[in-house]
Amino acid sequence: MSTMKANLEVLPRGVQVTLALGLVALVAFPFAGTDFYTQMVTRMMIMAIFAMSLDLLQGVTGLVSLGHAAYFGLAGYALAFLMPQGEAVSLWWTLPVAVLASGLAALIIGFFVVRTHGIYFIMVTMAFAQMVFFLFFDNKVLGGSDGLYINFKPDTTLFGWMPFDLDNKRTLYYFTLAVMLGVYAFLRRLLWSPFGRALAGIRVNEHRMRAMGFGTFRYKLTAFTLAGALAGLAGYLWGTQTGYINPELMGFHMSAHAIMMVILGGMGNFAGAIVGAFAFEYLLHVFKDLPQVGSVNLGKHWQLWMGLFIVLLVTFAPRGILGLVERFGKSRGAGDE
Amino acid sequence: MDLANFLIQLLNSVQYGLLLFMLAAGLTLIFGIMGVVNLAHGSFYMLGAYLAWSLSAYFGSLTLAILGGAALSAIFGLALEWLLFRHFYQRDHLDQVLLTFGLIYIFEELRSIVWGDDVHGVPIPELLSASIPLTENLSYPVYRLFMSGVCIALAVGLYLLISKTRLGMKIRAGAFNRDMAGALGINIKLIHAVVFALGVTLAAVAGMIAAPIASVYPNMGSQVLIMCFVVVVIGGIGSVRGALISALLVGLVDTFGKVLLPQVAGMLVYMLMAAVLLWKPEGLFKQ
Amino acid sequence: MSEVLLSARKLTKRFGGLAAVNDVSLDLQRKQIHAVIGPNGAGKSTLTNLLSGDLPPTSGSVRLGERDITGWNPEKISRQGLGRSYQKTNIFLPFTVWENVRLAAQSRQPHALHWLSRATHLRAVNARAERAIELSGLENRKQAIAGATSHGEQRQLEIAMTLATEPQVLLLDEPLAGMGVAEAERMVALLLKLKADHGILLVEHDMDAVFTLADRLTVMVNGQVIASGTPAEIRADAGVQAAYLGEEH
Repeated sequence: MSTMKANLEVLPRGVQVTLALGLVALVAFPFAGTDFYTQMVTRMMIMAIFAMSLDLLQGVTGLVSLGHAAYFGLAGYALAFLMPQGEAVSLWWTLPVAVLASGLAALIIGFFVVRTHGIYFIMVTMAFAQMVFFLFFDNKVLGGSDGLYINFKPDTTLFGWMPFDLDNKRTLYYFTLAVMLGVYAFLRRLLWSPFGRALAGIRVNEHRMRAMGFGTFRYKLTAFTLAGALAGLAGYLWGTQTGYINPELMGFHMSAHAIMMVILGGMGNFAGAIVGAFAFEYLLHVFKDLPQVGSVNLGKHWQLWMGLFIVLLVTFAPRGILGLVERFGKSRGAGDE
Repeated sequence: MDLANFLIQLLNSVQYGLLLFMLAAGLTLIFGIMGVVNLAHGSFYMLGAYLAWSLSAYFGSLTLAILGGAALSAIFGLALEWLLFRHFYQRDHLDQVLLTFGLIYIFEELRSIVWGDDVHGVPIPELLSASIPLTENLSYPVYRLFMSGVCIALAVGLYLLISKTRLGMKIRAGAFNRDMAGALGINIKLIHAVVFALGVTLAAVAGMIAAPIASVYPNMGSQVLIMCFVVVVIGGIGSVRGALISALLVGLVDTFGKVLLPQVAGMLVYMLMAAVLLWKPEGLFKQ
Repeated sequence: MSEVLLSARKLTKRFGGLAAVNDVSLDLQRKQIHAVIGPNGAGKSTLTNLLSGDLPPTSGSVRLGERDITGWNPEKISRQGLGRSYQKTNIFLPFTVWENVRLAAQSRQPHALHWLSRATHLRAVNARAERAIELSGLENRKQAIAGATSHGEQRQLEIAMTLATEPQVLLLDEPLAGMGVAEAERMVALLLKLKADHGILLVEHDMDAVFTLADRLTVMVNGQVIASGTPAEIRADAGVQAAYLGEEH
């Protein structure tokens, strides 16, 4: 059986231009905004990396994981464990180790989970992620429900020379921006590689892929592991920025947020994941900052507005922002290949 | 572990397992027949618990509260199905996941608005507050036996409904071949509404009878939801029988695990699930 | 060369108490078209699924050349050189015709886990795909979205995808289904051409095509083989006439 849903993989010219402008804005931003906003946008970029990692799994390969945040949080915990109480550790080895830890966890869990399909896959990814959550939540040794503090920013000193200082908020911003762009470029390249084309084929018609000789289990497991590793990259940056890791970062709600970011922007092209992450984080701020109307504090009930927004989104715009743009573009007769 | 302790743990396992079954049965039926994954299923459990708290205070009787609550839940289920869920039967699993996740948020907030955020207790009725002595020092609460009894009664009722009544036959026909059933004049839309309402009511009643023991608190739905998913995965989607056996198995592993191996107790059930998946990726009793 | 490319021995598939395929044996030789015919429900599709690995047999064996492939999964069997097309069109609807065939051809690419090269620039893969497209007559439709092409073109695409994996054995499940006269003639011509260097096991209902194409026929009724032989032998077989040929078309 083949699904008719085509992903928006080639971005229309108009969208490309808008994204380029967005990039310019991002580069210039720290000079225009305050420290508070610089931090906020850094957070958004970290979420964008997290969302892109999920897009590889969900948008490209078609695997809906409700447990992706586990790999996000694990890398943060790795950083927390690797950093001693009294001094900073080097970025240059802790980053790869943390990312590898997340990748390894994804490989192990993926081995069990990737053999399931459809609704089973959704449920078992959720279940295993909860297992990881409880592992950390229940054990004081691992920080327990209070989580762990990361007392310093990772140190970038190499052979006695410090190329940049992550304690500086602006530097951290640009570092995160560079990582985000690097991940985007890598994933776009991957999308058009033989591996990426095979993943797309698996999403559309896995049965035929197998009949044609593709070992789809191996492809899916590789995608799952890679997505987990990239989520770990985002988690490491989160730990670096916030200095604090707790089990909630690995939980079900965080995983669901990632899904929403990817859907909100539009799946399968990674640009949508970035757009979706920014839009989602912004929306969260808007809802939480709603004013008091009469005796009712609207902002306190942000979950209600978020919930309603999600229901409306899935009912009327299931392909997200880029999907709307595509529909709008088509109806105006703009024929861009 | 001596005999009395063993008996207590065994009874606890069965009681917990049966409670999980009430939730899993609804979830597996709704998925098996309508193909909808519902992440908000835990919210119905929570709804039941809060209803039990309000209504038992209002009626002064837990029994009346349960009956009243069940009726309200059924109506709520019918309304929810009519308003939202029936439009999502043909949609992607992803869309369903998103929809029901949004619903979790909405239900949590509505609960906060209607009932507030405090933790509450529901008193055990006089009649059921005794304990049956097992040894000199140990006794077993009658209320827990009552819980198991209610679950067993409902399980038997469900079995009779599905295999012995005309409604049950129509439900099974609809699950087997939707279009054909429709062509044969079976009102598929009505069947779906009934099945959905049934699932919601079972979950809510589970919350109601568990409330005196488990308390009533925010977010109580999410923990039980995960267990419910594990039960359905192990049992096999669409199989009510599988859900029962799986729920009892999970109840046993979890309860005895907490007593015998407390350090890994939280993970045991997941390890069980992993083992089952290696052997049968579609559950033990997949239809 | 009358080398046996594919053989089934006492192949049986039970679903509960029902045997959809019951004790079926057959041989397929190189440069041969072996057609399997029979009324609806005879078990032909199940047999095809057993041979391609889509279903595991309850008992019996399947050999591909020298190898015992009984119980192997579909991807493993495909890599051994068996290509299968489907009765119900099983293509990638949102992709272009070209991408459908290119992806099929990519399956033969070793190290296809390659992450950084551009898939559309793989020369060997493109050559394979080009050849398959040419054979199935889809040169002019390469950029069309598969889901938007006509039924006949989709059937052609089915075949193209199967050919792009460069199999030695072709397992074709009703390739002519739903085709118009001209398209069917085209397909028959293609199959005759392919016969030169493949073994083809054909499941078909179109009797004219079957008797034009087949070197050998196997007739199935209710899961069992009731006759097997040359077209002339089958046409003369009284049992076959009674059970099948008299009622069809």
